[in-house]
Amino acid sequence: MSSPIVKLVAQRVALGVVLLLAISVLIFAGTQILPGDVAQAILGQSATPESLANLREQLGLNDPAYVRYFHWLGGVVTGDLGTAMSSGQDIATSIKGRLWNTLFLAFWAAVVAVPLAIILGLIAVRYRNGWVDKLISGLALASTSFPEFFIGYVLVYFFAVKWQIFPGISTVYDGMPFGERMQAIALPATALTLVVLAHMMRMTRAAILNVMQSAYVETAELKGLSAFNVIRRHAFPNAIAPIINVVMLNLAYLIVGVVVVEVIFVYPGMGQYLVDHVTKRDVPVVQAVGLIFAAVYISLNIIADIAAIVANPRLRHPK
Amino acid sequence: MADSKAKSGLLLDIRNLRIEATVYPPGEAPKNIVLVHDVSLTLEKGKVLGLIGESGAGKSTIGLSSMGYGRGGVRITGGEVILNGRDILKGGKEGFRKLRGREVCYVAQSAAAAFNPAHRLMDQVVEATLLHGTATRAEAEKRAVALFKKLSLPNPETIGERFPHQVSGGQLQRVMTAMALCSEPDLIVFDEPTTALDVTTQIDVLAAIKDAIRDTHVAALYITHDLAVVAQVSDEIMVLRHGRLVEWGGTRQIIKEPRQEYTNALVSVHEIEHHEQKPGTTPFLSVKNVTAAYGRSHIKVLKNVSVDIYPGQTLAVVGESGSGKSTLARAITGLLPPEDGTVTFDGRPLANKLADRPKEDLRQLQMIYQMADVAMNPRQTVGTIIGRPLEFYFGIRGRERDKRVAELLDKIEMGKGFSDRYPAELSGGQKQRVCIARSLAAKPKLIICDEVTSALDPLVANGILKLLLELQKEESVAYLFITHDLATVKSIADSIAVMYRGEVVRYGPKSKVLTPPFDAYTDLLLSSVPEMEIGWLEKAIKGRRMASAGN
Repeated sequence: MSSPIVKLVAQRVALGVVLLLAISVLIFAGTQILPGDVAQAILGQSATPESLANLREQLGLNDPAYVRYFHWLGGVVTGDLGTAMSSGQDIATSIKGRLWNTLFLAFWAAVVAVPLAIILGLIAVRYRNGWVDKLISGLALASTSFPEFFIGYVLVYFFAVKWQIFPGISTVYDGMPFGERMQAIALPATALTLVVLAHMMRMTRAAILNVMQSAYVETAELKGLSAFNVIRRHAFPNAIAPIINVVMLNLAYLIVGVVVVEVIFVYPGMGQYLVDHVTKRDVPVVQAVGLIFAAVYISLNIIADIAAIVANPRLRHPK
Repeated sequence: MADSKAKSGLLLDIRNLRIEATVYPPGEAPKNIVLVHDVSLTLEKGKVLGLIGESGAGKSTIGLSSMGYGRGGVRITGGEVILNGRDILKGGKEGFRKLRGREVCYVAQSAAAAFNPAHRLMDQVVEATLLHGTATRAEAEKRAVALFKKLSLPNPETIGERFPHQVSGGQLQRVMTAMALCSEPDLIVFDEPTTALDVTTQIDVLAAIKDAIRDTHVAALYITHDLAVVAQVSDEIMVLRHGRLVEWGGTRQIIKEPRQEYTNALVSVHEIEHHEQKPGTTPFLSVKNVTAAYGRSHIKVLKNVSVDIYPGQTLAVVGESGSGKSTLARAITGLLPPEDGTVTFDGRPLANKLADRPKEDLRQLQMIYQMADVAMNPRQTVGTIIGRPLEFYFGIRGRERDKRVAELLDKIEMGKGFSDRYPAELSGGQKQRVCIARSLAAKPKLIICDEVTSALDPLVANGILKLLLELQKEESVAYLFITHDLATVKSIADSIAVMYRGEVVRYGPKSKVLTPPFDAYTDLLLSSVPEMEIGWLEKAIKGRRMASAGN
């Protein structure tokens, strides 16, 4: 790999770090604007002014905001996300298992959705404007247009209630055998796949169709390549950058946007955790989850950027 | 191929070919138009037939029909295309795929666009050969390297490892020829293979293609709008117009004794008489020692350039692409503020930046561009487009404006009726005329014409040049005429500046610049312009003193 790529990649990573820092400031500031503080929240309405003052002193709440921010940030960087107010548990420990669950669900949804979307996109291009194309586009759009809770409940109704193939509640626990775990996530993963499929499929189709106008596609056709090989060998490699972009956006959605699906299937992931603690006004947990979601979002977008850079032969092989 | 066919010597026999397409005019019902009307041609093995005509003549459409290919919904609706003794139109999709890239190969106009940017050149060159299974990969690559050598490409052993963007335009065009030859086809369709190249590069590519055709005994359809180019490579020439055959004959007959009036017009297209005006005493615009670069780059696109423009005269700036011609125009108009040097107008210096110039200065310098289509707002009518400078500079509105617009339309030899049309409803030449009218509306002292005829067919371009000369007489406007086409320069210039790599290498009145002794670059430029002479190519290659930069 040559210098321009290294430079561009380094720039993107640095930009991502700066962005994440900015977001941490926003998250911190946001929680400061809310009325009341942690001491008040811990001690409740009946606290005496003395005990409040003591606790504030103890928690360092009398320090100026920037000192508290750096204190918090220092903790985050070293893996200490603080303590949940509602339960008194260490946030990092509770998040670890749930983050893993969310990633597990997102991973399997992606493993199905991404290749399926791209293959459907390729098929749609191959038979563009014909009935196959219209059928694929129509079904994909329909599945995206339904809200995810609707799809979730439809899946539960048929697969869990009527036919009883998969469980309607996706309970998972530590040490659960892989097979059972897969069975448990089958329905939420399907719901997620249906939600993200159309976006990726449509983008793949549009990106490749755009490239199909190029002179080099004509060259390939005039070499006698079959329609599918023209698309696969000549159009697809040049459409990869926008496709990666939309795939990464959807992967980010699979991780940070699963809240509704996790709640429907009572799946113990990050989304459930976040929703639980928002209702309990547990600010430190919300802060921590918000920051993790932001980090996931930013890193996936950086990966998309980097992949697009690396996919460009002009940058990979400078003159 | 079977022996019996080889003996007959006939490779391609197109009979009564009819090609149609459906067009969708805005606001009207789709209609069928006939692109090619019952054209017949025959081509023997190893011979070259030149197809010539203006755009819309159906040259490419006919060429591609030999591969059973129709661009963008074009349909072959009648006739027979007999290749190697069989009618390929009866073979269906499978049949087309088997002959494409094997019996017939295609060389496109812009190799830069016709190569896939994502793959190495070698993979693309041998792709068709491997696909049709006529050779193993090792054999095909060996063949490709031999072809690279034959086409005198630099580093023939390793050039295949490169990506398209790492190779110059002239080289890419030759790699594309190698790609077509690699599968050892019987026929190659060359579709304007040198049109997108600089003259100095064109001559090398042309020579390479000619040698390759001779040595491999491949037959070719050579499509171009430039008669002088086709005269160098063809055995026979077919002249086409509006999808109909005009004239078909031996190369010598077509260029020396054309029988049809239209052919005669094509042969004598470049002859406009223009008597040079002597430079006046004081120039109204002088460019002094201007140096410019894009961004913060230390590569100077203009180096110490000085030229003068006299009232009512034409300064032509010639050079190949990348020589800094257009950058000079950008520096004068203030679009690219020069780093150094001054532009003086009417005895006072012009502000460097466009934003710092008063409206009056903007009015005095107008521009016309190469691509007339994109220089106009597609959602405005011709009347609005031409009327805009009248409103903006002079505050002329309403009926007075409409009257002026009508006068201007009259000047560019277009009727009042055009005022309500949209650019999409105009032909290429008409669009360029509207752009001329728009620049004239500002009553400028100088119009900068940036390759204004390069995208036009020769006869249309000729009309534009005549119009410009006439307008110059009437309005005594000066032109800065940027072009790479020396024939155009001869027809229009009073003085000439030859640019090479950002510097003016030769400058003076036309008669002096075009009279020997020449410097090496001007000599190369002049000797590279194709002449309508059989055997010119060989003579020109022999007589050259320096290699072209694009090589």
